[in-house]
Amino acid sequence: MKPAPFAYVRPASLEDAIAALDEHGEDSRILAGGQSLMATLNMRLSAPEILVDIGRVPDLAGIEETDAGLRIGAMTRHAEVEASDLVASRAPLIASAMPHIAHPAVRNCGTFGGSIALADPAAELPACAVALGARMTIAGKGGTRTVDADAFFRGLYETALEPGEVLTAVEVPGIGAGWKSGFMELARRHGDYAMIGLAAHVEVQDGRFGQGRLVFFGVGERPVCAVRSAALLDGESWSDALGDRIADALKEELDPSEDLNADAPMRRHLAGVLARRVLAPLAA
Amino acid sequence: MTDLIADRWLLDRPNSYIGRSVPRPNAPRLAEGRGAFVDDIETGGRTGHAAFVRSPHAHARIGSIDAEAARAAPGVIAVVTGRELAEIHDPWVGVLSHLQGLKSAPQYALPLETATWQGEAVVAVVAESRARAEDAVELVKIDWEVLPAVTDAETALDPATTVIHESLGDNLAWRRNADFGDIEAAYAEADHIVEETYVFARHTGVCVEPRAILADWNPGEGQLTVWHNNQCPHMVQNILATHFRLDEHRVRVIARDVGGSFGIKVHTYADELATVGLSLLLKRPVKFVADRLESFLSDIHARDQRVQGKVAVKDDGTILAFEIDALSGIGPYSMYPRTSGIESNQIVNLTGGPYAFDHYRAQATVVFQNKNMMCQYRAVGHPVKCAVTEGLVDAAARATGMDPAEIRRRNLRADDSYPCKSAQGLPFENLSHQESLAKLLDAMDYDALKAERDALRTEGVYRGIGLASFIEVTNPSAMFYGVGGARISAQDGATMRLDARGNVFVATGATEQGQGMEAVISQVAATAVGVPPERLKIVTGDTEHTPYGGGTWASRAAGIGGEAVAQAGRALRQQILRAAAVMLQEEAENLDIRGGVVVERASGAERIGLDEVGRVCYYRPDTLPDGFQSELVATRHYVPRQYPFAFTNGAQASYLEVDVETGFISLLDHWCIEDCGTVINPQLVDEQIRGGIVQGLGGALWEQCVYDSDGQMLNANMADYLVPMAAELPDMRCGHVVSPTFESDLGAKGVGEAGTCGAPAAVMNALNDALAPFAARLTDMPFTPQKVLRALGKI
Repeated sequence: MKPAPFAYVRPASLEDAIAALDEHGEDSRILAGGQSLMATLNMRLSAPEILVDIGRVPDLAGIEETDAGLRIGAMTRHAEVEASDLVASRAPLIASAMPHIAHPAVRNCGTFGGSIALADPAAELPACAVALGARMTIAGKGGTRTVDADAFFRGLYETALEPGEVLTAVEVPGIGAGWKSGFMELARRHGDYAMIGLAAHVEVQDGRFGQGRLVFFGVGERPVCAVRSAALLDGESWSDALGDRIADALKEELDPSEDLNADAPMRRHLAGVLARRVLAPLAA
Repeated sequence: MTDLIADRWLLDRPNSYIGRSVPRPNAPRLAEGRGAFVDDIETGGRTGHAAFVRSPHAHARIGSIDAEAARAAPGVIAVVTGRELAEIHDPWVGVLSHLQGLKSAPQYALPLETATWQGEAVVAVVAESRARAEDAVELVKIDWEVLPAVTDAETALDPATTVIHESLGDNLAWRRNADFGDIEAAYAEADHIVEETYVFARHTGVCVEPRAILADWNPGEGQLTVWHNNQCPHMVQNILATHFRLDEHRVRVIARDVGGSFGIKVHTYADELATVGLSLLLKRPVKFVADRLESFLSDIHARDQRVQGKVAVKDDGTILAFEIDALSGIGPYSMYPRTSGIESNQIVNLTGGPYAFDHYRAQATVVFQNKNMMCQYRAVGHPVKCAVTEGLVDAAARATGMDPAEIRRRNLRADDSYPCKSAQGLPFENLSHQESLAKLLDAMDYDALKAERDALRTEGVYRGIGLASFIEVTNPSAMFYGVGGARISAQDGATMRLDARGNVFVATGATEQGQGMEAVISQVAATAVGVPPERLKIVTGDTEHTPYGGGTWASRAAGIGGEAVAQAGRALRQQILRAAAVMLQEEAENLDIRGGVVVERASGAERIGLDEVGRVCYYRPDTLPDGFQSELVATRHYVPRQYPFAFTNGAQASYLEVDVETGFISLLDHWCIEDCGTVINPQLVDEQIRGGIVQGLGGALWEQCVYDSDGQMLNANMADYLVPMAAELPDMRCGHVVSPTFESDLGAKGVGEAGTCGAPAAVMNALNDALAPFAARLTDMPFTPQKVLRALGKI
């Protein structure tokens, strides 16, 4: 478990980082917190020629309140997000997801942007980003652009990031009046990647649901927004019958993957269980 | 029994450290990062680092090997094939004569013609660093001819199945049939015969420190020095000498600190012998430290048993008979030198162990297959025989409508029935099943727990209670391996010496694996001599400096190694007192050593310090009378002779909750009452039990080496192979009954495996108790959420 040889640079500015990435193209990888990358390097599942360590690039870390909500810098460590009062009050969905991300040692090093940019289909934060309609700020040689979460996650470990680009921040809309969020995941052991998880962000007025998003993770190649199932909520108050209808709809709508822990029928079944468990308390 | 304990010189010693949780003497050293693990050893810049090209196929003929690019790679010292290594060593065959009929094929350090499991080391690369070696491994090209893989034990003996070793004729490694009493008569007498099949997945022991070996052949001295994190340095010394054609006294094996072993590090691993061979070939130190990925593919796996069980019971709950038919796939070879037949043999020998019944029939079939090799891991065979027995006892309880605790009370051997023999004829010296069960039920407040379970069931909360009584093999005599021809020492030695300043040097054949053996040895030594533990220096794990011994396995180190220390300590005390008596012109019988000082036995009055005894004996022997020569070093050895094993016993219980919507199981509580005889260090004993329980729980709920039908292991990494983690574990409450063995003065039996033995059975019974309201029953470990949901018909 020793990585293949690689070169290493630690640029002092975003411009230098982008220049290094641009120079080496697909042979380069960004090193942020290293919590996923180092393992893949050591297992020789990945052998980039050069690592561009963005740990010393200024202004990439930190959480600030904006007019629209929050701006979470890509290099913000999970532990800081987890401890943030701002995140707890303005993006409670993210706050409730944080304790599920691996273990404290990993959260001390791993970064918010690293998790988003890696786009592991079983990870918590991509699903939260989609549920909340987050926007990704991306810097590249040509300047800065933003991409909606829906468009950002394209497939298995595949995002809208082009070679030479750096995810610099995630803009998270603040939770609106009358909106609630809920998060739950099932993992064989605490801290493992989820067998299945649900990030829900829904409008609830006087005990009735309105618009909302039910985003599942661990069920496909990217976070899966169950649009048709979520539409069943609109105008309804919670009942066991509604839970059954949503569970049935999820079985139709989801086309989950299989792995050693769960086959597709199990994931379809668990999707309904999670929907009931997450949504019922939100209507209360 | 109390009277006998009182008679014992050792347990009766003034200032005894036995029964006290004294701190481990090696803890500060480890805490300060001053451990001496294999990878900490420096052998200089000439040290080569080995990595191996491992077979990507479960079964494939090794064609031409193109190593040119690898040899030319930066930092590479050598690329070595099996044929080159075979020039300097003799192969081994993992059989024992007392496992009649067990067969295996010759195994070499690297295979000559055929790779027989995915992950088998095939070509060795030695380079200036492990990273360079790994780089070069990727450059070795092997022309593989892929052969059909034998993966399913159930069909391994079918005529259509490929035979892995043509020279053996078939894939049958071993079959044992046993028949005791008259089982057909028992079946005729029984009111109920209940049958059930139990499955135990392949899993492994995941050590914090992986296997590691550093071999240094010094041709100038003709001396091979090997630092090796093995449990049995003397066994390794013998094996290396034998198979590399060396004189045994020219082989020194050092195993100082070991980061957990659990039986994983008690075997002859081909890649480790290859490393020794590389040092001999290259005449330089060569180090191999298994990484986590190759650990999963090459550390022995265990269990992998399918057992059909039957129990015959009368309406009044009397159990008349057990019958089992066990099948196990052990990989392509029987492991050397302990063999891969022992796990099945233990299952045959020990099923039904806690219970008084007379009729028993068993068949165990052990087959070869193209998966990683299997062998002895903590509690060999025990979790299997215990779960089969306890699952059948619960089945008998259901058939007769009895409470699980009540049927156990009726059938467990009476505490006043010892000595006696098991249905299989194994002698039990002194067990306490009834008292242990009573103490367990009391500790868990059984009736209140049942009431809670029943009340919650009406609210849709499904909790279950599971019980498991067990026996455990400890303190094995030569009947375990030696009788079958293996050069594995059943005895252990200890040498103790009084130094000139009155401190005591202790060298023991028992070895430290992180379990706290040094603490236990220090307590026994301090007590036997009469000195505080801080005046001891303990040396373990070095064939050049310790008396011949078996090391650590089968829960033997405290009971056997500890007894040798007790006897050596007593002998040293007598030597010291003889010298002191001469100096004091006193009768030795009137003296004793307490707190490091020679005292008057009757009054405890201080007479002379041990430092003064040492000073006079070593520096001023001229002041002693003519004809008196002091001897201040004693060596004693010990091996159990009266009993082949010192059986221990105990009872465990699990309380858990099943989420019937998700299939997830939450462990709520766990209890273990254990009887290991004399408890030398209560804290270490309880931690042994807890650690053992955790590994048992792992097998019950999480751990499995998952293979596909081509023989590829699918989860050979720490992300996908689920070791138990703290967040999922319950509190584990330990209690004790003390029934010492009378074979030794110390009276200690082993405790290392009791937790692992009983935990899976307790969890299985608790799970099925929780699922009792449904038509769902699970006997196929590990009990995953998916299996639970399937059993419930949810998916």
